[in-house]
Amino acid sequence: MQFIENILGQLDNILLVVFGVFAFVCGLLMLILRDPMRVAMALVMSMISLGVVYGLLGVHFIAAFQILIYVGAVMVFMIYIIMLINDRDTSIKKRYSQFRPFAFILGVVFVVVFYLIFTKTGLITTNELKTFTINNFAKVFMNEYWFHFQLIAVLLMVAVIAAISLLRTPPLDEHQVQNSPNDTSNGGQNG
Amino acid sequence: MILQMGGKMDKSTLVLILAMSLFTLGIVGVIIRKNLLIMLMSTELMLNGVNLCLVTFAQMNGEMAGAVLVFMSFVVAAAEISLAIPIVLLLYRHKRTLDVSQFNQLQG
Repeated sequence: MQFIENILGQLDNILLVVFGVFAFVCGLLMLILRDPMRVAMALVMSMISLGVVYGLLGVHFIAAFQILIYVGAVMVFMIYIIMLINDRDTSIKKRYSQFRPFAFILGVVFVVVFYLIFTKTGLITTNELKTFTINNFAKVFMNEYWFHFQLIAVLLMVAVIAAISLLRTPPLDEHQVQNSPNDTSNGGQNG
Repeated sequence: MILQMGGKMDKSTLVLILAMSLFTLGIVGVIIRKNLLIMLMSTELMLNGVNLCLVTFAQMNGEMAGAVLVFMSFVVAAAEISLAIPIVLLLYRHKRTLDVSQFNQLQG
Protein backbone atom coordinates (compact mmCIF):
# COMPACT_ATOMS: atom_id res chain seq x y z
CA MET A 1 0.00 0.00 0.00
CA GLN A 2 2.82 2.31 0.93
CA PHE A 3 4.56 1.40 -2.32
CA ILE A 4 1.51 2.24 -4.43
CA GLU A 5 1.08 5.58 -2.68
CA ASN A 6 4.74 6.26 -3.24
CA ILE A 7 4.32 5.56 -6.95
CA LEU A 8 1.18 7.68 -7.24
CA GLY A 9 2.88 10.56 -5.48
CA GLN A 10 5.70 10.56 -7.98
CA LEU A 11 3.71 9.65 -11.05
CA ASP A 12 4.75 12.70 -13.05
CA ASN A 13 8.44 12.05 -12.41
CA ILE A 14 8.05 8.40 -13.37
CA LEU A 15 6.26 9.32 -16.58
CA LEU A 16 8.97 11.89 -17.32
CA VAL A 17 11.69 9.25 -16.93
CA VAL A 18 9.77 6.68 -18.97
CA PHE A 19 9.03 8.98 -21.89
CA GLY A 20 12.49 10.55 -21.75
CA VAL A 21 14.09 7.12 -21.99
CA PHE A 22 11.68 6.23 -24.78
CA ALA A 23 12.62 9.38 -26.73
CA PHE A 24 16.30 8.54 -26.28
CA VAL A 25 15.83 4.92 -27.40
CA CYS A 26 13.92 6.04 -30.49
CA GLY A 27 16.72 8.51 -31.28
CA LEU A 28 19.21 5.66 -30.92
CA LEU A 29 17.12 3.48 -33.22
CA MET A 30 17.40 6.21 -35.87
CA LEU A 31 21.13 5.49 -36.06
CA ILE A 32 20.65 1.74 -36.34
CA LEU A 33 17.63 1.07 -38.52
CA ARG A 34 18.13 0.51 -42.24
CA ASP A 35 14.84 1.39 -43.89
CA PRO A 36 14.10 5.15 -44.14
CA MET A 37 10.44 4.58 -43.32
CA ARG A 38 11.36 2.85 -40.07
CA VAL A 39 13.75 5.69 -39.26
CA ALA A 40 10.93 8.17 -39.88
CA MET A 41 8.62 6.21 -37.58
CA ALA A 42 11.32 6.16 -34.88
CA LEU A 43 11.64 9.94 -35.23
CA VAL A 44 7.85 10.34 -34.99
CA MET A 45 7.80 8.28 -31.79
CA SER A 46 10.70 10.29 -30.41
CA MET A 47 8.88 13.55 -31.15
CA ILE A 48 5.61 12.34 -29.63
CA SER A 49 7.39 11.32 -26.45
CA LEU A 50 9.11 14.70 -26.41
CA GLY A 51 5.63 16.21 -26.65
CA VAL A 52 4.66 14.22 -23.56
CA VAL A 53 7.81 15.49 -21.83
CA TYR A 54 6.81 19.08 -22.66
CA GLY A 55 3.36 18.40 -21.27
CA LEU A 56 4.82 16.98 -18.06
CA LEU A 57 7.09 20.02 -17.75
CA GLY A 58 3.96 22.18 -17.75
CA VAL A 59 4.33 23.95 -21.10
CA HIS A 60 1.21 22.58 -22.71
CA PHE A 61 1.12 24.96 -25.65
CA ILE A 62 4.60 23.90 -26.73
CA ALA A 63 3.52 20.27 -26.42
CA ALA A 64 0.60 21.02 -28.72
CA PHE A 65 2.85 22.81 -31.22
CA GLN A 66 5.33 19.94 -31.07
CA ILE A 67 2.66 17.45 -32.06
CA LEU A 68 0.96 19.72 -34.60
CA ILE A 69 4.01 21.12 -36.39
CA TYR A 70 6.66 18.42 -36.08
CA VAL A 71 4.60 15.26 -36.20
CA GLY A 72 1.77 16.74 -38.23
CA ALA A 73 3.62 18.78 -40.82
CA VAL A 74 7.34 18.04 -40.93
CA MET A 75 7.13 14.27 -40.70
CA VAL A 76 4.30 14.11 -43.23
CA PHE A 77 6.64 15.85 -45.67
CA MET A 78 9.35 13.32 -44.87
CA ILE A 79 7.08 10.32 -45.35
CA TYR A 80 5.77 11.80 -48.58
CA ILE A 81 9.33 11.95 -49.93
CA ILE A 82 10.13 8.43 -48.69
CA MET A 83 7.12 7.20 -50.66
CA LEU A 84 8.56 8.81 -53.80
CA ILE A 85 12.08 7.41 -53.64
CA ASN A 86 13.30 4.08 -54.85
CA ASP A 87 13.70 1.59 -52.03
CA ARG A 88 16.61 -0.22 -53.74
CA ASP A 89 18.88 2.73 -53.15
CA THR A 90 22.56 2.09 -52.51
CA SER A 91 22.37 4.18 -49.36
CA ILE A 92 19.89 1.67 -47.92
CA LYS A 93 22.06 -1.37 -48.54
CA LYS A 94 25.18 0.28 -47.11
CA ARG A 95 23.79 2.61 -44.50
CA TYR A 96 26.97 3.98 -42.86
CA SER A 97 29.45 6.36 -44.45
CA GLN A 98 33.21 6.14 -44.10
CA PHE A 99 33.26 8.80 -41.37
CA ARG A 100 32.27 6.40 -38.58
CA PRO A 101 35.48 6.84 -36.49
CA PHE A 102 35.19 10.60 -36.75
CA ALA A 103 31.56 10.46 -35.63
CA PHE A 104 32.52 8.24 -32.70
CA ILE A 105 35.23 10.69 -31.64
CA LEU A 106 32.84 13.61 -32.00
CA GLY A 107 30.19 11.81 -29.96
CA VAL A 108 32.68 11.13 -27.17
CA VAL A 109 33.80 14.78 -27.24
CA PHE A 110 30.20 15.96 -26.96
CA VAL A 111 29.48 13.63 -24.05
CA VAL A 112 32.62 14.82 -22.23
CA VAL A 113 31.79 18.48 -22.86
CA PHE A 114 28.23 18.04 -21.62
CA TYR A 115 29.49 16.15 -18.56
CA LEU A 116 31.89 19.00 -17.79
CA ILE A 117 29.07 21.53 -18.25
CA PHE A 118 26.97 19.63 -15.74
CA THR A 119 29.62 19.05 -13.12
CA LYS A 120 32.26 21.76 -13.31
CA THR A 121 30.50 24.95 -14.39
CA GLY A 122 27.79 26.68 -12.43
CA LEU A 123 25.54 27.03 -15.46
CA ILE A 124 23.08 24.34 -14.43
CA THR A 125 21.29 25.58 -11.38
CA THR A 126 18.56 23.58 -9.75
CA ASN A 127 15.93 26.25 -9.48
CA GLU A 128 12.36 25.16 -9.34
CA LEU A 129 10.86 24.90 -12.79
CA LYS A 130 8.19 27.49 -13.45
CA THR A 131 5.23 26.60 -15.59
CA PHE A 132 3.95 28.95 -18.27
CA THR A 133 0.32 29.17 -19.20
CA ILE A 134 -0.89 30.06 -22.66
CA ASN A 135 -2.29 33.26 -21.15
CA ASN A 136 1.16 34.48 -20.05
CA PHE A 137 2.66 33.33 -23.30
CA ALA A 138 0.14 35.14 -25.47
CA LYS A 139 0.57 38.40 -23.53
CA VAL A 140 4.36 38.38 -23.82
CA PHE A 141 4.27 37.15 -27.38
CA MET A 142 1.92 39.82 -28.68
CA ASN A 143 3.35 42.67 -26.62
CA GLU A 144 7.10 42.24 -26.78
CA TYR A 145 7.69 39.94 -29.71
CA TRP A 146 5.16 41.12 -32.27
CA PHE A 147 7.91 42.32 -34.61
CA HIS A 148 9.59 38.90 -34.54
CA PHE A 149 6.20 37.39 -35.27
CA GLN A 150 5.92 39.57 -38.37
CA LEU A 151 9.45 38.61 -39.44
CA ILE A 152 8.58 34.93 -39.03
CA ALA A 153 5.52 35.45 -41.22
CA VAL A 154 7.72 37.04 -43.89
CA LEU A 155 10.13 34.11 -43.60
CA LEU A 156 7.33 31.62 -44.13
CA MET A 157 6.13 33.56 -47.16
CA VAL A 158 9.64 33.59 -48.64
CA ALA A 159 9.99 29.85 -47.97
CA VAL A 160 6.74 29.12 -49.80
CA ILE A 161 7.80 31.23 -52.78
CA ALA A 162 11.25 29.63 -52.81
CA ALA A 163 9.82 26.11 -52.67
CA ILE A 164 7.45 26.79 -55.54
CA SER A 165 10.14 28.41 -57.69
CA LEU A 166 12.55 25.53 -56.93
CA LEU A 167 10.07 22.95 -58.15
CA ARG A 168 9.25 24.99 -61.26
CA THR A 169 12.84 24.87 -62.57
CA PRO A 170 13.17 22.29 -65.36
CA PRO A 171 14.92 19.01 -64.53
CA LEU A 172 18.57 19.02 -65.52
CA ASP A 173 18.78 15.54 -66.99
CA GLU A 174 21.51 14.43 -69.31
CA HIS A 175 19.97 14.43 -72.77
CA GLN A 176 18.75 17.96 -72.29
CA VAL A 177 22.24 19.15 -71.34
CA GLN A 178 23.80 17.31 -74.26
CA ASN A 179 21.29 18.43 -76.87
CA SER A 180 21.00 22.07 -76.03
CA PRO A 181 23.76 23.28 -73.73
CA ASN A 182 23.16 26.95 -74.57
CA ASP A 183 19.41 26.88 -74.68
CA THR A 184 18.11 29.13 -71.92
CA SER A 185 14.68 29.85 -73.34
CA ASN A 186 13.05 27.04 -71.38
CA GLY A 187 14.50 28.21 -68.10
CA GLY A 188 13.58 31.79 -68.90
CA GLN A 189 9.96 30.89 -69.49
CA ASN A 190 9.63 28.88 -66.34
CA GLY A 191 11.64 31.15 -64.13
CA MET B 1 14.98 1.79 -9.60
CA ILE B 2 13.06 4.47 -11.45
CA LEU B 3 11.82 5.81 -8.13
CA GLN B 4 15.37 6.01 -6.81
CA MET B 5 16.54 7.80 -9.95
CA GLY B 6 13.62 10.21 -9.76
CA GLY B 7 14.36 10.85 -6.12
CA LYS B 8 18.05 11.45 -6.59
CA MET B 9 18.08 13.38 -9.82
CA ASP B 10 16.53 16.75 -10.29
CA LYS B 11 13.82 17.06 -12.92
CA SER B 12 15.63 19.79 -14.84
CA THR B 13 18.90 17.84 -14.84
CA LEU B 14 17.12 14.82 -16.25
CA VAL B 15 15.50 16.83 -19.04
CA LEU B 16 18.77 18.59 -19.87
CA ILE B 17 20.59 15.26 -20.09
CA LEU B 18 17.86 14.05 -22.44
CA ALA B 19 18.16 17.19 -24.57
CA MET B 20 21.93 16.98 -24.82
CA SER B 21 21.89 13.28 -25.64
CA LEU B 22 19.31 13.91 -28.37
CA PHE B 23 21.59 16.58 -29.81
CA THR B 24 24.56 14.20 -29.73
CA LEU B 25 22.56 11.42 -31.37
CA GLY B 26 21.47 13.85 -34.06
CA ILE B 27 24.96 15.06 -34.88
CA VAL B 28 26.32 11.50 -34.94
CA GLY B 29 23.44 10.52 -37.22
CA VAL B 30 24.20 13.38 -39.61
CA ILE B 31 27.79 12.18 -39.90
CA ILE B 32 27.45 8.41 -40.09
CA ARG B 33 24.34 7.90 -42.20
CA LYS B 34 24.59 7.90 -45.99
CA ASN B 35 20.98 8.55 -46.91
CA LEU B 36 20.20 12.23 -47.44
CA LEU B 37 16.71 11.99 -45.96
CA ILE B 38 17.95 10.27 -42.81
CA MET B 39 20.54 13.01 -42.43
CA LEU B 40 17.73 15.57 -42.64
CA MET B 41 15.78 13.67 -40.01
CA SER B 42 18.85 13.67 -37.75
CA THR B 43 19.02 17.46 -38.01
CA GLU B 44 15.39 17.52 -36.89
CA LEU B 45 16.41 15.45 -33.87
CA MET B 46 19.13 18.01 -33.10
CA LEU B 47 16.56 20.81 -33.34
CA ASN B 48 14.34 18.93 -30.92
CA GLY B 49 17.17 18.66 -28.43
CA VAL B 50 17.86 22.37 -28.65
CA ASN B 51 14.17 23.19 -28.20
CA LEU B 52 14.00 21.04 -25.09
CA CYS B 53 17.07 22.84 -23.72
CA LEU B 54 15.50 26.23 -24.42
CA VAL B 55 12.26 25.33 -22.68
CA THR B 56 14.07 23.99 -19.63
CA PHE B 57 16.34 27.00 -19.30
CA ALA B 58 13.37 29.33 -19.73
CA GLN B 59 11.56 27.51 -16.95
CA MET B 60 14.61 27.59 -14.70
CA ASN B 61 15.00 31.33 -15.05
CA GLY B 62 11.30 32.10 -15.13
CA GLU B 63 11.70 34.07 -18.36
CA MET B 64 9.19 33.77 -21.14
CA ALA B 65 11.76 34.59 -23.84
CA GLY B 66 12.96 31.01 -24.17
CA ALA B 67 9.45 29.70 -24.77
CA VAL B 68 8.85 32.40 -27.39
CA LEU B 69 12.12 31.43 -29.06
CA VAL B 70 10.99 27.80 -29.17
CA PHE B 71 7.82 28.91 -30.92
CA MET B 72 9.92 30.82 -33.47
CA SER B 73 12.20 27.85 -33.99
CA PHE B 74 9.20 25.62 -34.69
CA VAL B 75 8.18 27.93 -37.50
CA VAL B 76 11.74 28.18 -38.79
CA ALA B 77 11.98 24.37 -38.75
CA ALA B 78 8.81 24.17 -40.81
CA ALA B 79 10.19 26.71 -43.30
CA GLU B 80 13.51 24.85 -43.41
CA ILE B 81 11.88 21.53 -44.14
CA SER B 82 9.61 23.04 -46.77
CA LEU B 83 12.77 24.22 -48.58
CA ALA B 84 14.86 21.11 -47.92
CA ILE B 85 12.26 18.72 -49.31
CA PRO B 86 12.18 20.30 -52.82
CA ILE B 87 15.99 20.34 -52.83
CA VAL B 88 16.04 16.63 -51.95
CA LEU B 89 13.46 15.97 -54.67
CA LEU B 90 15.56 17.83 -57.25
CA LEU B 91 18.70 15.95 -56.19
CA TYR B 92 16.85 12.66 -56.50
CA ARG B 93 15.51 13.62 -59.92
CA HIS B 94 19.04 14.51 -60.96
CA LYS B 95 20.96 11.40 -59.87
CA ARG B 96 18.22 8.85 -59.11
CA THR B 97 19.76 8.19 -55.73
CA LEU B 98 19.87 9.73 -52.27
CA ASP B 99 23.33 8.41 -51.45
CA VAL B 100 25.35 11.48 -50.44
CA SER B 101 28.62 9.91 -51.60
CA GLN B 102 27.27 10.13 -55.15
CA PHE B 103 27.00 13.89 -54.97
CA ASN B 104 30.72 14.52 -55.24
CA GLN B 105 31.08 16.73 -58.29
CA LEU B 106 30.60 20.41 -58.75
CA GLN B 107 28.15 21.07 -61.60
CA GLY B 108 27.67 17.30 -61.64
